[in-house]
Amino acid sequence: MDYIDPHIHMVSRTTDDYATLARMGCVAMSEPAFWAGFDRRSVDGFRDYFHQLTDVEPKRAAQFGIQHFTWLCINAKEAEDVALSREVIAMIPEFIECPNVLGIGEIGLNKNTKNEATVFLEHLELAIKFDQQILIHTPHLEDKYQGTKMILDMLCDDSRIDRSRVLVDHVEEHTIGEVLDRGFWAGMTLYPVTKCTPDRAADMIEQYGGERLLANSAGDWGPSKPTAVPDLIFEMRRRGNEEKLTRKVVYDNPIQFFSQSKNFSFQPRDSGS
Amino acid sequence: MRAASQILTESFLDVRAKLLQVAATLDRIDRSADAEGPLSPAAKGQREQVDAAIEILLSGGSDRAERLQKLFSRDYDSNWRQDMNL
Repeated sequence: MDYIDPHIHMVSRTTDDYATLARMGCVAMSEPAFWAGFDRRSVDGFRDYFHQLTDVEPKRAAQFGIQHFTWLCINAKEAEDVALSREVIAMIPEFIECPNVLGIGEIGLNKNTKNEATVFLEHLELAIKFDQQILIHTPHLEDKYQGTKMILDMLCDDSRIDRSRVLVDHVEEHTIGEVLDRGFWAGMTLYPVTKCTPDRAADMIEQYGGERLLANSAGDWGPSKPTAVPDLIFEMRRRGNEEKLTRKVVYDNPIQFFSQSKNFSFQPRDSGS
Repeated sequence: MRAASQILTESFLDVRAKLLQVAATLDRIDRSADAEGPLSPAAKGQREQVDAAIEILLSGGSDRAERLQKLFSRDYDSNWRQDMNL
């Protein structure tokens, strides 16, 4: 089954991973800007990173027939440094017109601090000013419930935010309901230990249906599995779920959500046949 | 939807293995506590959370995963924006 991974950090992956993903049916991916495993010390560090996301990775992906899209921001972990964050936010417009940029992300909270919330709100202003879609990171483990509700508060308090253009990622059993109920898209991240397994993701798909629901691998520098989405496809199939429900979550929904960005120039593999 | 019996049968060995893993971990903790002294206050709090989680597993309903997640979550205060002066 062709699929799209809507949240995978390919700068952390090898070229062999691109080859494996292509062989497993990955036809497109979107890569949000994130923490690199260390705090960058200057705005130029982010400028180089955004060059990698908008120029280097699309070419690397294209070698394997995978279409690469991206999102720009300073992530929540580094957002604790408000001064640096403001420099990065001021620099983002240099890249916002690049052809593979879908929007602003992954913005959000990490430890649910005032500084993180301040920078989150300033990212929202940037997204609104440039009419960009938004991809949101929610915190991990014990901080997720509180942080997700804080994020939803900030989004819902701003009437300029179009909820149908916002994806709230890393939802789990205790946050998915409210994210969907409030009209946002929800992303399940298939990640060992700290997020969600393919089995639990399949449970949530069965409970909530496929509407406004996406699944991703994160595939970052931490313990993660870039082929986690095919694992979910396999689990859904093993349970006897209809193929069209699985396809909706892993292919149709990413296309529907991303198509709200003017830069989503996705070409289906079977186009013209 | 598959039949409940089928789901249980398919999952039985996996659940059995995970329960054994939890049991063996608790045994290891208790053996160490007997030999090396009691848990620290922070670890005692974690142990109490594990005990509360096991109680949730033994309870009825089809929302155990959600309740477990909330057990392991920080509280949410709807006045957070005022508290942070934001």
